[in-house]
Amino acid sequence: MTTDTVGRFERELEALEVGFTRVRAADASDAIETALEEPAVGVSLPFDGVSLPDSVRRAPTAGDLVDARTGVTPATFAIAEYGSVAIESRAAGDEPVSLYPERHVAVVAESDVVPDLSAGFDRLVPAFEDGEDSLVFATGRSATADMGGLVHGVHGPGEVHVIVLEDR
Amino acid sequence: MASNRQSNPSQREKAARIRHLMETEGDAIYAHASASNLRRTQTYAETDGIEALRTETRAIKEDAIERLPSLLETVREAVEENGGTVYLADDAADANAYIAEVVENATGGDGDGTDATGASDTPSVVKSKSMTTEEIDLNDALEREEIDVTETDLGEWVIQLADDTPSHIVGPAMHVSREEIADLLREEFDTDDPFDTPEALTRFARDKLGERIREADVGITGANFIAADTGTITLITNEGNARKTAVTPDTHVAVAGVEKIIPSIRDVEPFVDLIAKSATGQPISQYVTMLSPPTDSPTIDFDRPDEPIAGGGDRTDGESSDQTVGDDGGASDSDRDFHLVLLDNGRMEMREDDQLRETLYCIRCGACSNSCENFQSVGGHGFGGETYSGGIATGWEAGVHGQDAAAEFNDLCTGCTRCVDACPVKIDIPWINTVVRDRVNRDEASEPYDFLVDGLTPDAESGGIDLGKRFFGNIGTAAKLASATAPVSNWLSQADPVRAGLERTLGIDRRRDLPTFQRESLVDWFERRGGPETSRRRAQRANESGAGAALDREAVLYPDVYTNYVDTDRGKAAVRTLEALGIPVRVPALPESGRAPLSQGMVATADRQASELYAAVAEDLDAGRDLVVVEPSDLAAFKREYERLLPDRSAGRLAENSYEICEYVYGLLENGADAGVLRTGSGDDPVAYHSHCQQRTLDLEAPTTALLEQCGYAPRTTNAECCGMAGSFGYKQEYYELSMDVGDRLAGEVDGAERVLASGTSCGDQLETLLERSVPHPIELLAPR
Repeated sequence: MTTDTVGRFERELEALEVGFTRVRAADASDAIETALEEPAVGVSLPFDGVSLPDSVRRAPTAGDLVDARTGVTPATFAIAEYGSVAIESRAAGDEPVSLYPERHVAVVAESDVVPDLSAGFDRLVPAFEDGEDSLVFATGRSATADMGGLVHGVHGPGEVHVIVLEDR
Repeated sequence: MASNRQSNPSQREKAARIRHLMETEGDAIYAHASASNLRRTQTYAETDGIEALRTETRAIKEDAIERLPSLLETVREAVEENGGTVYLADDAADANAYIAEVVENATGGDGDGTDATGASDTPSVVKSKSMTTEEIDLNDALEREEIDVTETDLGEWVIQLADDTPSHIVGPAMHVSREEIADLLREEFDTDDPFDTPEALTRFARDKLGERIREADVGITGANFIAADTGTITLITNEGNARKTAVTPDTHVAVAGVEKIIPSIRDVEPFVDLIAKSATGQPISQYVTMLSPPTDSPTIDFDRPDEPIAGGGDRTDGESSDQTVGDDGGASDSDRDFHLVLLDNGRMEMREDDQLRETLYCIRCGACSNSCENFQSVGGHGFGGETYSGGIATGWEAGVHGQDAAAEFNDLCTGCTRCVDACPVKIDIPWINTVVRDRVNRDEASEPYDFLVDGLTPDAESGGIDLGKRFFGNIGTAAKLASATAPVSNWLSQADPVRAGLERTLGIDRRRDLPTFQRESLVDWFERRGGPETSRRRAQRANESGAGAALDREAVLYPDVYTNYVDTDRGKAAVRTLEALGIPVRVPALPESGRAPLSQGMVATADRQASELYAAVAEDLDAGRDLVVVEPSDLAAFKREYERLLPDRSAGRLAENSYEICEYVYGLLENGADAGVLRTGSGDDPVAYHSHCQQRTLDLEAPTTALLEQCGYAPRTTNAECCGMAGSFGYKQEYYELSMDVGDRLAGEVDGAERVLASGTSCGDQLETLLERSVPHPIELLAPR
């Protein structure tokens, strides 16, 4: 999408206190490595020329998931106006990997950063009508105000970092 | 029902209960609810197209409820095609029995061999927050079947541990302080942890609840929206607990009222865009989950820590740690089980009820609670029924638990209408409260008329309405009598024995100042000074001098009960102002607007008054005269409730030709009238201005502030949504202290101001009592002497 859209996305992420890195595909692995804290688990990334760093445990076990400090997943798309990433519940385990560890690193292609919620639904609706069965818009960090003050990191991650892959 | 004579003890009990809630829970509720309300207001203001969004969601809900029977079929087909099950439950018992059976089956109770892992035999359920499961008391029902239930929303969990009930639709533990939560956890878990920060409490809760989620057999969630075409449910949370609850155990039960169904997945968008804005003022919630279960996401068996969570789906390389478990094929099979339990429990009847139907559009965001001053003082334990709380609760409780459940708290809605601007789907919540109050009135056992009020109540009501309500509903008749007999009536009303009598018979709190009635009404004053002829000459002189707008218009000033009999000064100020700006005025004796009976739930009486008023002004409207109104609550009746009481054409004509006095004067200045003939300020004279609640809902605060600015003043407006007096509310014995609590907050905002103005009679009276000084209507500040 346009530079403006990615710029908007970056500003929203900053307001949400979510980390942001923009890299070329070739440098993505290093960027992920930098963004994560070990131990890390992840699911395969469906972007050409991008692979998880070796330190990320693929095909994690239930035990890995409990022990992991970081979970790395792709985002199917992102919504600039709200700083949201769309996480698909693939059989590989994207949903638990993005949810259980304290830190979530989401990787999204620049061309998949859409300007607004409406454009997000333009992606979502045909997919669901086609049988897609789960998508989560995750915005910022898990939060609660139920314990006498605003706290981040409740059931979901308290730290989030988004890596945007530049188009070639 | 208590007889009228015995109503005082129950009023005192009610007053004591409200006092207790204000003392124990009021501070915490106020802090949270008012902050959410402020954020909601700001977010609405900052969102382009918010009105279009509200209109769109409203239209989708109207359509969905209209088509509900066929959408139920659509959703059933879609969910079944996805591989899930739909159960339509008639009532709470039906739903609870079904869910208990699902849990038993999911934990091996169906005899296909129990779990070999050696886990406890007690079935365990984790839940994410759901008001619908509160409505059916699901937790109690499951516990009776010896099923362990754990709430995973932190607020709900606190409520569960404390064996308490939610005090707010969205923030169930809003009334509990951090210290109280810390005490509760120390006692419940037998620990010395000081829990001295919210972070410490949250960490502890997360760890405890994390264990329960990992061990659970079944996850139960609600559903914020259900898209019929794809069978997709939407779950909205900030904590992430609904995500974990939905996908971690292999059985997921979603429980929702049938009204949550909307036609299509496309329709989900505007609701997702709106619900967080209205609930908490966030642009969007942290997690919006849309799922058409059963999903592809792997279930996770934490009892088998060495098993890959994805059973072969993602083994891209040499990881092969799946050899340690071999008994039943691994955890990540496609054995997910999904049940959508759709609850009727009175909703299909609500759908047939022309007055309660709107309740079904509710998306349970709590904005009506947050925007309500009374709620901010007492919370949902006072302003709420068996399950639901806040303004919309009257509709829900009447619909799902029966009218008696709504009758308990329905009077706490004063009809201020601030929730109307807050509600994301534009539900006329005050009207629902009025209608249910009317129905409750009619169900009261019929009592013989009391001699004291017999002649004072020429209403159109049947049934045994509470005497106090009947008195206030007919206040115009009493005011006329009091004016005719002033000053004797004023002396009498200050006498202790009379006040005691008024308290005993009518429930009028003796601590409240009563209005002072004027012997000469505004209408009589106007006639005495020469009537319309004199007014015409004065206006003509103004036009000739160039001060007037020379608009060839004529105004009928509406002599509402208070302006006519009590606060005649503001009526006189209005007349003088209009004349000075070139507008001839008439002040005919006109019927009451119906506002007073509406506030008491006396709809038939209001209906009759609306017809009488329209008949009385029809000729003026035909003659092209403008109806100018001083009291905002009467104008609000013309512009809002008359839509429901008069034929569309009549209501439309009256609404179009009615103006709030300052709005009208501002229009005159915009059309060339000379502000110089008014009493103008120096340019930045500070004034504190409290606009009337219903005036704000009519978007008529801005014209008054613009007028004040144009006349050389610098108005600062208040944040408090309402003064707490609300017509008769603050007079009533059981609500006097609540009224003062609300009023104190408003008074605190304007206390230091040199000059304080208010547009409503009630607001002025309340502020004058609390500030112990004069609080005039803006027109009294501006009117030429």
